[in-house]
Amino acid sequence: MTDQPLLRVRGLTKHFPVRQGLRSTGLVQAVDGLDFDVQPGETLGLVGESGCGKTTTGRMLVRLLEPTAGSIEFAGRDITHAGRRELRPLRQDLQIIFQDPYASLNPRHTVGRIVAMPLQVNGIKPPGGIKARVQELLELVGLNPEHYNRYPHEFSGGQRQRIGIARALALRPKLIVADEPVSALDVSIQAQVVNLLRDLQRDLGLAFVFIAHDLAVVRHFCQRVAVMYLGRIVEIGDRADIYERPQHPYTRALLSAIPDVTRLGPGGRIRLSGDVPTPLDPPSGCRFRTRCWKAQDICATQEPALVPRDGGNQATACHFPEAVGASLLAEGAPAGDAAGAIVEEVSP
Amino acid sequence: MDSSDPAPSGEPDDRPTVPVQRSDQDAYLRVTDLRVRFDTEDGVVRAVDGVSFAVERGRTLGIVGESGSGKSVTSLAILGLHDAKRTTITGEISVGGRQLVGLADEEVRRLRGRDMAMIFQDPLSALHPYYTVGRQIAEAYRVHHPEASRREARQRTVDMLDRVGIPQPARRFDQYPHEFSGGMRQRAMIAMALVNDPALLIADEPTTALDVTVQAQILDLLADLQAEFHSAIILITHDLGVVGQVADEVLVMYGGRAVERGSVEQVLRTPQHPYTWGLLSSVPSLHGDADADLLPIRGNPPSLINLPPGCAFHPRCRYADRPGDRSRTEVPELRPAGPTGEAGSAGHLVACHLTAEERATLYAEDIASVGVAR
Amino acid sequence: MSLSPVEGVALAEIESSADAGGPAVKGVVGRSPGQLAWLRLRRDRTAMVSGVLLIFFMVLGLAAPLIEMVYGIGPREQFQNLLDGFGMPLGYAGGVTGEHWFGLEPGLGRDIFIRLIYGLRTSLFIAFAAALITATIGVVLGALAGYLGGWLDAVINWITDLTLAMPFLIIALALTPTITLRFYGERGQVSSAFGVGVLIGVFAIFGWTSTARLVRGQVIALREREFVEAAKASGAGLGHMLFRQLLPNIWAPILVSFSLAVPQFITSEAALSFIGVGLSDETPSFGRMIYRSLDFLQTDPAYVFFPGITIFALVFAFNLFGDALRDALDPKSSR
Repeated sequence: MTDQPLLRVRGLTKHFPVRQGLRSTGLVQAVDGLDFDVQPGETLGLVGESGCGKTTTGRMLVRLLEPTAGSIEFAGRDITHAGRRELRPLRQDLQIIFQDPYASLNPRHTVGRIVAMPLQVNGIKPPGGIKARVQELLELVGLNPEHYNRYPHEFSGGQRQRIGIARALALRPKLIVADEPVSALDVSIQAQVVNLLRDLQRDLGLAFVFIAHDLAVVRHFCQRVAVMYLGRIVEIGDRADIYERPQHPYTRALLSAIPDVTRLGPGGRIRLSGDVPTPLDPPSGCRFRTRCWKAQDICATQEPALVPRDGGNQATACHFPEAVGASLLAEGAPAGDAAGAIVEEVSP
Repeated sequence: MDSSDPAPSGEPDDRPTVPVQRSDQDAYLRVTDLRVRFDTEDGVVRAVDGVSFAVERGRTLGIVGESGSGKSVTSLAILGLHDAKRTTITGEISVGGRQLVGLADEEVRRLRGRDMAMIFQDPLSALHPYYTVGRQIAEAYRVHHPEASRREARQRTVDMLDRVGIPQPARRFDQYPHEFSGGMRQRAMIAMALVNDPALLIADEPTTALDVTVQAQILDLLADLQAEFHSAIILITHDLGVVGQVADEVLVMYGGRAVERGSVEQVLRTPQHPYTWGLLSSVPSLHGDADADLLPIRGNPPSLINLPPGCAFHPRCRYADRPGDRSRTEVPELRPAGPTGEAGSAGHLVACHLTAEERATLYAEDIASVGVAR
Repeated sequence: MSLSPVEGVALAEIESSADAGGPAVKGVVGRSPGQLAWLRLRRDRTAMVSGVLLIFFMVLGLAAPLIEMVYGIGPREQFQNLLDGFGMPLGYAGGVTGEHWFGLEPGLGRDIFIRLIYGLRTSLFIAFAAALITATIGVVLGALAGYLGGWLDAVINWITDLTLAMPFLIIALALTPTITLRFYGERGQVSSAFGVGVLIGVFAIFGWTSTARLVRGQVIALREREFVEAAKASGAGLGHMLFRQLLPNIWAPILVSFSLAVPQFITSEAALSFIGVGLSDETPSFGRMIYRSLDFLQTDPAYVFFPGITIFALVFAFNLFGDALRDALDPKSSR
């Protein structure tokens, strides 16, 4: 099974031309050379802040966007530039769940029609009829199958997100790209949906690419995690590697910036300065160097490669990675040597 | 809320049933039994239904709730930013000793911006796109300082921009909102809110639209500025983590009512209301067992038009079906939470029909065992 | 009561029971957005009054031959015997009698009431036909331009701009007689069907641009919505995207623009007929009636009054109804 990954991404790149009138005045380097694999039944988290290219990546994986360069292989077939007809048989295996439960459902269609859409588009007639299949799906995601004839506006945000999940499951896919599936929901509803996705993932053996900005949610859902910054993967590894032994400074900063209910008072001590630079003109060399407290001259000139450390599953793109074994959680935050070098955010 | 309801069993009657905190006496902002109602086509919305709290200068109150909990309406009512035609407000709102409910719009307007200011969730829509950021802040200053010259206002603005951590403030003064990044815009909003040195600052989800690393910066900045200006801050958020990081006191709202109130340690460390338990155990954490299922609150937030009778939380509460339960019929009062004499529970209030002992047992059995909330 | 391991089940139960108390109050069967709009429309008194008036006019127009039978007078019958020596109708108010309800035309002595009924028929037919054709052209071109974008969008935009740049009146003035001449020659008797057809054609050529622009804008706004992407991610083709996903969401503005286009075409038809490039005198029409009546403004004011008031009421009712329709369909008014 592990011989051939379900999804194999190499050098995936998306540049959006910026036009003023007819002239092209620049390139937004939204995604710039991603490599990763997803095994059957595996959950990969894609995390990062706004502008890191995670959403663009998700859109490319289900081919809603055309990659500028690189390749996407799904189940051994190159689908990088496949047309609609060629994609058809693969569509059934590759589905997407969207962030906004309000925008992702056609307000003029009944729930039944929304969930049945993938079946109808692909001309699939399930045994027992479309309606029976749709009601089965509604039940699967925890909705009342009797609500088949209702319209989206009659449901709450969490219920709408369940409808979107049912639609994605209609074709019995092997891989689901979930683009921030819970971030638009109320706190108490998020956990319901995360649990639902986890149950479905286990019961149906689905592989997921789970896109999120919330590292805590990703930790509860994903076996592997890729941290993105400005269109690149800066660190990828198993969950335990990323959350307990982060090696990239950005991963550490991201983790320490999350306000955690279990720790009161001012949070972790790593404070990055400034905002994410524009992908229109990313920094040379390491893209994180402008906000990194470890940056040296080499970071500006030479781009660090995403290389595995110590032969493990964890790969980090950094010239000065943290030593393996330096646990972030041991002291709640890096102390001593690191703290001295940390860029203080507001210095009077 | 202030009624002398018989204390729940197990609590002697000599405890004050009226929730008075020490800070209530000399607080800068004091809200007492605030009720806000809107008339809509579909019926009367009781957006806020009898909420009381107080904030001292130099302290931060976190108001936590989901959509429709009434947390934002509370802040709009304090600032007098509600639609006066459709809204009925009763109760007392006292800011710096002045009673705001019933005050003429004109007088509230004069207080707004000078004595109290607001930071919004989305700075892009709160800033006017056609004026430079500097001009908008300077104008906010001159409204309340008519004697100030343009040069003074500009100088004051540049100082404020500098103070909130905007690099090259003199150059940034003449830039437009779209030329600022998200984090910089929120800093500019904070500069605008603080330009008149208000004693009360209301921040409505100030970091929700921001990335986590920027959110951390902004929260630090708010804490720094509070230490410097000694203002009272109300921080409205859905994120208990944010509250834990910056708040001194916490008010948990549900269905337009306060369900729990206390210091941040009390509410987050020894939460008393099943809703607060639910919030805490449903938030994924960076610690604990990552493979354990989250413990969600079942159901959906209620509609304010059609609130469940009794305790508004009862349809979602795990413990509502216990024998002898009154939550379907009777609205629980906000009462002292702890059993008699227990240290550390002073000022901790909860609105729940469960007794303190029941809550302690249930919490230990159900929630703490999951290992999420500590 | 400890934590149930079957959390998912409890959850589903609660959700369904919450539904029973929440949205289900509105009705057991889901209400479509269209049904909600209809309910709002029903509550709007202006909409109901103008709507009833419109239906009344339409029934009159449709039943014109029936009315002619009952009334007993045809639109081309002349009653010279009821005119005086100067050609003016005898009696009061332009010859209003129990026989001739709205009186008679000066000069030819035709019955005004039955001509009005037939004029209404012509007018409504032309306006509805033109509105239907322009809406169809506009929807197809606008949807294609908006959804596909790129060079097709550029071409369609360019054609739209070109059409808008053409002066409608001048071209109508120049075109209509030329076409008529081409088909019928110098002295041929122009059939009324031909005149009607030419008018509809002229309207169709010029009228589609606003719908096209409206639809294009709406489609562009919807194109990036996630439900459209969801359909795309499932492999939906162009037809499904346009007609299943997009069009149902823009019916409302199309319907409103349609209901506001009809009165526009009614007045345009009257205006063109008035200046003589529209219908011939043979075909009963508002424009021709008003044109002829202007000669008798002082001597027989009743002649201008009846067609004038009818066209006014018709157009006014259409506009009121269109506005009410817009209010009812605008989702913002309900949320």
